[in-house]
Amino acid sequence: MADAVAEATRAASGIRAGDRSAIASALNLCEDRRLASRDRIGALLDALRLGVQRLGHRIGLTGPPGVGKSTLAGAVARELRRRGRTVGVVAVDPSSIRSGGALLGDRARMAFDPEDGGLFVRSLATEGRAGGLSWAAPAAAAVLGAAFEVVLVETTGVGQTETDVRHLADTVALVIQPGSGDALQFLKAGIMEIPDVLVVNKSDQPQAQRAVSDLRSALATSASVGIQDADTTLVATSAESGDGVGAFVDALDAHRASIAPSLESRRHAGEVEWTVQLFERLHGSHGVAALGGRAALQTSASTALAHAAPPRVCTDLSDHFLGTLSRP
Amino acid sequence: MAERDRPWIMRTYAGHSTAAASNALYRTNLSRGQTGLSVAFDLPTQTGFDPDHPLARGEVGKVGVPIAHLGDMRALFDGLPLDRMNTSMTINATAPWLLALYIALAEERGTPLEALRGTTQNDVVKEYLSRGTYVFPPAPSLRMTTDVVAFTVERVPKWNPINICSYHLQEAGATPVQELAYALCTAIAVLDAACARVPADRFPEVVGRISFFVNAGIRFVEEMCKLRAFTELWDRVCKERYGVTDPKMRRFRYGVQVNSLGLTEQQPENNILRIVLEMLSVTLSKDARARAVQLPAWNEALGLPRPWDQQWSLRAQQILALETDLLENPDLFEGSVVVERKTQALIDAAWAEVQLVLERGGAIAAVETGYVKQKLVESNAARLRRIESGEQIVVGVNAYTESAPSPLTQDLDEAILTVDPAVEAAQIESLKKWRGARDSDAAKRALDALREAATAGREIMEPSIAAARAGVTTGEWADALRDVYGEYRAPTGVQGAATSTGAHSDRVAELRVELQALTETLGRRPKLLVGKPGLDGHSNGAEQIAIKARDVGFDVVYEGIRVTPDDIARSALEEGVHLVGLSILSGSHLALVPDVLERLRAANVDVPVVVGGIVPSADAETLRAAGVARVYTPKDFALDAIMQDLVALVRERYAGPVDG
Repeated sequence: MADAVAEATRAASGIRAGDRSAIASALNLCEDRRLASRDRIGALLDALRLGVQRLGHRIGLTGPPGVGKSTLAGAVARELRRRGRTVGVVAVDPSSIRSGGALLGDRARMAFDPEDGGLFVRSLATEGRAGGLSWAAPAAAAVLGAAFEVVLVETTGVGQTETDVRHLADTVALVIQPGSGDALQFLKAGIMEIPDVLVVNKSDQPQAQRAVSDLRSALATSASVGIQDADTTLVATSAESGDGVGAFVDALDAHRASIAPSLESRRHAGEVEWTVQLFERLHGSHGVAALGGRAALQTSASTALAHAAPPRVCTDLSDHFLGTLSRP
Repeated sequence: MAERDRPWIMRTYAGHSTAAASNALYRTNLSRGQTGLSVAFDLPTQTGFDPDHPLARGEVGKVGVPIAHLGDMRALFDGLPLDRMNTSMTINATAPWLLALYIALAEERGTPLEALRGTTQNDVVKEYLSRGTYVFPPAPSLRMTTDVVAFTVERVPKWNPINICSYHLQEAGATPVQELAYALCTAIAVLDAACARVPADRFPEVVGRISFFVNAGIRFVEEMCKLRAFTELWDRVCKERYGVTDPKMRRFRYGVQVNSLGLTEQQPENNILRIVLEMLSVTLSKDARARAVQLPAWNEALGLPRPWDQQWSLRAQQILALETDLLENPDLFEGSVVVERKTQALIDAAWAEVQLVLERGGAIAAVETGYVKQKLVESNAARLRRIESGEQIVVGVNAYTESAPSPLTQDLDEAILTVDPAVEAAQIESLKKWRGARDSDAAKRALDALREAATAGREIMEPSIAAARAGVTTGEWADALRDVYGEYRAPTGVQGAATSTGAHSDRVAELRVELQALTETLGRRPKLLVGKPGLDGHSNGAEQIAIKARDVGFDVVYEGIRVTPDDIARSALEEGVHLVGLSILSGSHLALVPDVLERLRAANVDVPVVVGGIVPSADAETLRAAGVARVYTPKDFALDAIMQDLVALVRERYAGPVDG
């Protein structure tokens, strides 16, 4: 245990200093699902919480397949680099149900300067998890968040159920393309959560103008009936040509500035959810019920998070639950 | 003796090392009875880089001749009268430039442009789908294609401005139906775009200048029917879509290179027989006979062919055309019920697929969405599976593999041509001299004019010819247009490709179980980076490995073609991969692989590296000595066996308790 803490302290200072090998090793560890690695992960994330915190900006990029999310993520990352900010990217792709393997192709659509030390891209596979993210995504975002100013998380794009990114990101951007009537219907019906920024990509296509005006009126309707609680910014981009990417980044920044007062409580809520999800994954609904139900679990997690990061809090809760089993 | 038809044009795809060496090769080939030239350019020339660009490293003069400026073009055609040559240039993204150099050369020699005959391949669509030497995004590429069409119809009337290639679609895995359909869609995209560029009364001439470049595989009966179907379908498109009334302008004109994909590394002497049979499919039927034929050499799966190897293929053409009675006869299959029925079935299926692509917005949209690419990747995976399972017999590969020692391959390393590595340095030196000797202000002005024309959306042939005269280089020309049009990365087609490589295979099931066990031992799933360094765009191998690896349970990072050793090292580190696989088919493995190994070491990434490609056995030894864990060549056709190997490598290396 003491070894784990010493190792974690070393790793954390390497990560903060931007040491690429240290970052890569930490990400490998975040993906490690062996029981024996649990303490090391807990120690690492605890160590990252010590000292001065880099607040930064965590951005979630979601939307249906084929709308150009990866290309857009690449364009946003380049624009952020141009503005002098460092960027870590987590790109999530689905694992094959049959083989468990995954084709991680997002990198292929992001063109970067190979010499640029201010940028780091990691692909993760979902490994069977629904919700558009990977189990390791929150931990990976925490590691990259300690090393880089902006963390960009790109979801798999499997559909309207990608809600998990909301717990991880300060700002959620939904990307759609002209002619995607489904997205419009989902938004209107309230099935798809309304994002902070709504992006119509491929704005060079002929129906783009129409899509933008349709969405604008849909947003106005949802605002008037009170579905929406904050202003959603609408931007049109062409990731290929770069048109509108600057405006998109402006919109992301504006949203981040607007939530600055509540940033801490938002991130705390996200960590509570992360903790509960980790626990649910380990022990299922039986475990949740044994500790008094989801609300009680959230309350315990919320308190415990004052002293430790979600993985360790989850371990403690887990030990507690296992203890209840051995009681006569 | 009966009256004979004129033989088709006989060519050999040739060029390597330097313009002077290639010139000597052309002269020899012509003296041996070759009747047309087919220029192979090296990859830097094809992708618009000068020999001194970092991406050109190891590729200069390898798969073709390097042409960096007008001086190289002069040397290439030294002593060859342009008005008496029929010159086919396999050049695409940079086709306007190479044609501009050819025209500038004709002008300075006083050869009238009306006398120039030949072909620029100029089909960029199939570059995105198969061959990989694209540079610019689809829309400006199509625009440049039509610039060449409009210019030649007006000024170089005997030139074929574009050769729509179904050839490479077959190489990428296309079935005959897919080959027909996607080639027709490309032709439609080009003609639709050209429509707006020429006066209506000249348009039938534009249609008449469109020619095709076709592949012929070993199923030669079906292949012959495919070409008869092509003839009919093209007539239909010209008549119905473009209203061309003159039957001469609707004639389906095509050249052919018979299939290289099916050539085997095992018992390679058998390939000459395959080549001859494949040639029959494009010559037997007079109504659908090729206008020009080029044959590969028997040893292409081993490395670059020598002059004698190419001569052997040329002799095969000469014997068929000049010794046999083939050319004394009318179409042999007129009235054949069997041929008619097969042909009609291909026509119907291909036409249905054409409609499907047109409904999806046509060839360009189908490239951008990855639809066509994905179809090809799937077909190729199915083909490989049939060979692997023995359902499709390949003699010497999955049947009758035992062989007496072959005198032809006793000394394998002597049975191919190797390009002197010193060529690259010499080429860089001569480029420096060229840049030093030219009027640099004139070159700069010419480039500015080119950039300006492209920005304003004007045609670029005239400014390109002016740039050729002013001594501009290939890399400068392409960079000027990159500034305006941007660069493009095409969809890899592997992402959405259907999983179909395994449910029935016990071996795949075993590998999945083993990978699951390894995942639990290592804590995370074994991750493989598939890298394609260099300029070589033939991505079939990399794609099939990527898909197969995913299907047995690896997490696979594949970034597509044309990545640098730096990119690979960076990805390996950031992605935390357990294994790196490199695919190189251009023969530049000795330059690129050690470079990748060095950069991996510099990035502190210590993982096993495997290499696949056309790697002669002596080179394989060198690579292993440099630290490569495994080398795979075309004879390793069994993907399951490769996967088993990769899993074993991961197990050996990482079976320890801690995963770093």
